[in-house]
Amino acid sequence: MIFLSSRIADRLFAFAAKAAAVLTLTMLAGILLSLLLGAWPAIHQFGWHFFTSTVWDPVQNNYGGLVMIYGTLTTSILALLIAVPVSFGIAVFLTELAPNWLKRPLGTAIELLAAIPSIVYGMWGLLVLGPVLASHVQQPLQKLLSGVPILASLVSGPPVGIGIFSAGVILAIMIIPFIASVMRDVFEVTPALLKESAYGLGATTWEVVSTVVLPYTKTGVMGGVMLGLGRALGETMAVTFVIGNMNQLQSLSVFEAANSITSALANEFAEAGEGLHQASLIYLGLVLFVITTLVLAISKILLAQLKKREGKAA
Amino acid sequence: MTKYQKRKWVNGVALTLSLSAMAFGLFWLAWILWEIIRLGVGGLSVAVFTEMTPAPNDAGGLANAIYGSGVMVLLATFVGTPIGIFAGIYLAEFGEKTWLGSITRFVNDILLSAPSIVIGLFIYTLVVARFKSFSAIAGVLALALIVIPVVIRTTENMLRLVPNALREAAYALGTPQRKVILSITLRSARAGVVTGILLAVARIAGETAPLLFTALSNQFWSSDITQPMASLPVTIFKFAMSPYENWQKLAWAGVFIITMFVLGLNVLARWMTRTK
Repeated sequence: MIFLSSRIADRLFAFAAKAAAVLTLTMLAGILLSLLLGAWPAIHQFGWHFFTSTVWDPVQNNYGGLVMIYGTLTTSILALLIAVPVSFGIAVFLTELAPNWLKRPLGTAIELLAAIPSIVYGMWGLLVLGPVLASHVQQPLQKLLSGVPILASLVSGPPVGIGIFSAGVILAIMIIPFIASVMRDVFEVTPALLKESAYGLGATTWEVVSTVVLPYTKTGVMGGVMLGLGRALGETMAVTFVIGNMNQLQSLSVFEAANSITSALANEFAEAGEGLHQASLIYLGLVLFVITTLVLAISKILLAQLKKREGKAA
Repeated sequence: MTKYQKRKWVNGVALTLSLSAMAFGLFWLAWILWEIIRLGVGGLSVAVFTEMTPAPNDAGGLANAIYGSGVMVLLATFVGTPIGIFAGIYLAEFGEKTWLGSITRFVNDILLSAPSIVIGLFIYTLVVARFKSFSAIAGVLALALIVIPVVIRTTENMLRLVPNALREAAYALGTPQRKVILSITLRSARAGVVTGILLAVARIAGETAPLLFTALSNQFWSSDITQPMASLPVTIFKFAMSPYENWQKLAWAGVFIITMFVLGLNVLARWMTRTK
């Protein structure tokens, strides 16, 4: 009798564990489904036209998402342009250059950048970094490029420190720790034998990194970059503070107020009345979720590939 | 310049750039922390912890926001942690090589980095829209959904570190499976699992986006979880974006409190896994 009840308890325990796993799995499907249902009126009404229209007019009840989608993509790409080289440098420093006693504290310091809440980045970006960028980056650029066709219009705008550029810089700072720590981890799986052989042949540290470590880990490095991109696309508060929340695409200047998917949601959703306005915002959320999920899935697959090879080599 | 000199020169440039990248990263951390301390400490006072959020240009504090954050973070941790631990147990002990196990692991890694504002949208359509009211319960659920992936990840990783010999020894003595897991493997991975929970608390303590249209905010003290509730991050958002000087000052004080709490938890979590 005791054995029997113990076996039943075992079964129950295994069932509970499995149920928790299934619950996690259904979370992704649930999010996708609920967004699809919530966005349905807007999908039905605007269809693909939603992606090419720049009109966002709650009064006329006409919505297009191009401005926000453009803002989300450009801020994230700008962030990658800054963050990838810096993260690469940090990872090289942590794996090849830093003395052993410094590796851990410095690594922790960089990881703490990821722990700072995004609202803190946002407030700091708006009130501290923005004005500095306006006076030390935008104004010199405007002086330098004044009169040059196209380029001058890319840096036009009042120097208030708001817009795509500020958002990109803050996103870069926020994703550096994610990309750098993936890069450091994958650099560390390069077999010591390979590196030592190269050093033995007289290669310099840079040659070892660029011709041995990087080719060996390139899928993992790409995985880290994609993880950073996924993070940047979905970041809300920091962007909401500095992007300016203006629905305009007349000026493509990186210093002009713009909008992103996440900041449109953060600013408008709670006040949006039920109906097409809300559905259009959920449509934007759906677009964001699908893009980030794809990007993160690619990142995960790339990282898994490196791990597989590592298993074969061992 | 000989070929050898050129190689040395390239190496020198590359390593200098690497060093400056490191300095660049540390520079931001130092600058942000410095501004938070400089502007945050100035706004701190006893009133911040004892008085309610004020009207513009009025005296007050952040007591209801701090309380609301505390309640919602605590409840979300209680809701999310058991699910996360159980799912982590499944991944490490039952479904290591199964189809369900690998796909759950994959999906969990995606949820770990999923945009938190979308989780807010999900709970909005699921709870708020259905019951026609913003509530602290909705906020708790949104935060719990963020806790789960973090706890799953650390629980699984920590359970995997437990040597198999320990499990086999316990099975050989005739211990039932649930007891092997609960009192042998889970117990020996305890420090790691607690670390995961601490990191999850640190993560949700600063989350703003999932609360914006679930818990909303509340200008007054409220302990009714079926009603909108104030939270520190949402209050900071509202106050920081305002033109009122006293609101901005309180926002900086709030930023200081949140950052110190979150960084403190992170350092504690790291220290715990280190001593192990």
